[in-house]
Amino acid sequence: MRHEISFTVNGERYDITVQSHHTLLQVLREQLVLTGTKNGCSEGECGACTVLMDGEPVNSCLVLGVEADGHEIITVEGLATDGHLAPIQRTMVELGGTQCGFCTPGILIAAHALLQRNPNPSEQEIREGLVGNLCRCTGYMRIIAAVREAARLQQADTLN
Amino acid sequence: MQPFDYVKPKTLEEASALLLQHNGQARPFAGCTDLLIRIERGFLHPDVVVDIKALPGMREVAVQPDGHLRIGAAATMNQVALHPAVLERWPLLAEGCASVASYQLRNRATVGGNLCNASPAADSAPALLCYEAVAHIFGPAGQRSVPLEQFFLGPGKTVLERGELLTAITVPPPAPGAVGHFLKLGRTAVGDISVVSVAVLGWPDLGAPSGTSWHIALGAVAPTPIRAAEAERLLGQDASPAGVEAASRAAAAAARPIDDIRASAAYRTDMVRVLTRRGVERVLAEMRAS
Ligand SMILES: Cc1cc2nc3c(=O)[nH]c(=O)nc-3n(C[C@H](O)[C@H](O)[C@H](O)COP(=O)(O)OP(=O)(O)OC[C@H]3O[C@@H](n4cnc5c(N)ncnc54)[C@H](O)[C@@H]3O)c2cc1C
Repeated sequence: MRHEISFTVNGERYDITVQSHHTLLQVLREQLVLTGTKNGCSEGECGACTVLMDGEPVNSCLVLGVEADGHEIITVEGLATDGHLAPIQRTMVELGGTQCGFCTPGILIAAHALLQRNPNPSEQEIREGLVGNLCRCTGYMRIIAAVREAARLQQADTLN
Repeated sequence: MQPFDYVKPKTLEEASALLLQHNGQARPFAGCTDLLIRIERGFLHPDVVVDIKALPGMREVAVQPDGHLRIGAAATMNQVALHPAVLERWPLLAEGCASVASYQLRNRATVGGNLCNASPAADSAPALLCYEAVAHIFGPAGQRSVPLEQFFLGPGKTVLERGELLTAITVPPPAPGAVGHFLKLGRTAVGDISVVSVAVLGWPDLGAPSGTSWHIALGAVAPTPIRAAEAERLLGQDASPAGVEAASRAAAAAARPIDDIRASAAYRTDMVRVLTRRGVERVLAEMRAS
C-alpha cells in the first residue's frame, strides 16, 4: 500500500513514500505542498490540475503518485527560469488572461506545452489545444490573445 | 478515494496470475482515465490495480513486416493519432483517436482502455471496425485473437474473461485508394464524448456495381459500436446521390439508440442519417479528386 518513489519536481529530486491510491495531484499538493496546481473537478474535465510529466501535459488528478516514480514533473511553480517568467506567464499578466485565477496554473502549463509542440499556433489550434482547460471567468478571449502574444514573444526571443 | 494496492508486473504471465488471484477484485490499469473516476465515484472497489504499462510490447505502435499495424493495448491516443504511419495509411483511425477529449487526456487515455471499457461511444472503435481490426488477448489459457466486431458484448462488457488482458490490436492495411473519415457529433465542437459518431471508409472496387466498396461503423447508437452492413451493401450497388440517401437511411435503421442525458433516441437516429450522408459524400468527393 506504501511505495518508495524517486522523482524530480521542478528540477529538484524527491525521495518520498506515497500511498497506492493517492493521485499525483494529492502528492504534489499535500506532501510537497506545491499548491499552485489546483484540484477542480477530479475527473479530467477542467484541466486545473495539469502538470508536465516528462515534458508532456497530463491531468495530475488522473495519474497515481506512484506512477511518477522515475519521472520528471514540472508544475506551475517551475515554469519560470532564474526568476524570469515564461513568455506565456508574462502575456497572461499583461493581457489580463486571468480573473479568479483558479484555472490559471493549468492554463499556463497547457499553453506552455502547446507552444513547445507548435510554436506558431493558429487561433483554431489554440482553442483546440486548450479545450481541456475550463475557465468560468474570462470568456477565453484574453487567454487566446495571451497565447498568441506569447508565441510572438517566443519567436522574437529565438531570433535574438 | 477508497484505498487499493498498486502493482506493476513485468510479464504477461505475472499480470494474468495477479488478475486471477484477487477473485475478480484486481483491475487492469492503463491510463486510468475511466477506471479512477469509477473508483472515485464508488462504482468499483478493487483491492488492487494491475498497471499493465510495463508489460512487453504494450506501449508500442509499429507497422509489422506483414504490413499490418500493431497497436500495443496501452499505447496512448496521442501516440496513435500522431504516428506518421497511422496518419499516412490509417488516417480514419488517427481522426478517431484525435477526437478523444483533450490533448492532455490523450497523453494518458489508451486505445486498449477505450476498447476494454466498452462504452458504445468509444471513439477509437468505429474506425477500427471499418478497418476490420483484430483484438489479441492473453490469459490463463494462453493467447487468442478475436475480430474486433466480436469483442464487444454490451455496454461495459467484452469477451475478456477473468485473468485475461487485451495485449494488442492489429489493423490490416486498407484496400488501395481507400479514403475514410470520422464524423463525431458532441455537445461541443471539440473535446466532448460522442452523442453520435459515424466512421466511413470507401475504396474503388471494379467488381462492385457502383465501382466502390464500403465499410461504415456507428458509435453511441447501440449497446456496442456496430457496423452498418445494409448501408455498406447499398452503396456497393449504387453510390449516386439517390443511392447515398438510401444508404444513409439504412444506416439510421441499423441504429438502436437510447434516450439519455446527451440526446434523445430520435435525434440520434436522425443524426446517423445526416452524418452518414455527409461522410459518404466527403469520401466520394475525395475519391473522385484523386
Ligand atoms: C474528461 C474525459 C473525457 C473523455 N472523452 C472521451 C471521448 O471523447 N471519447 C472517448 O472515446 N472516450 C472519452 N473518455 C473516456 C476515456 O478517456 C477513454 O475510454 C480512454 O481511452 C480509456 O483508456 P484508459 O487507458 O484511461 O483506460 P483505464 O481507465 O485504465 O481502463 C478502462 C477499463 O478497461 C480496463 N482495461 C484497460 N486496459 C486493459 C487491457 N489491456 N486489458 C483488459 N482490460 C483493460 C480497465 O480495468 C478498466 O475497466 C473521456 C474520459 C474523460 C475523463
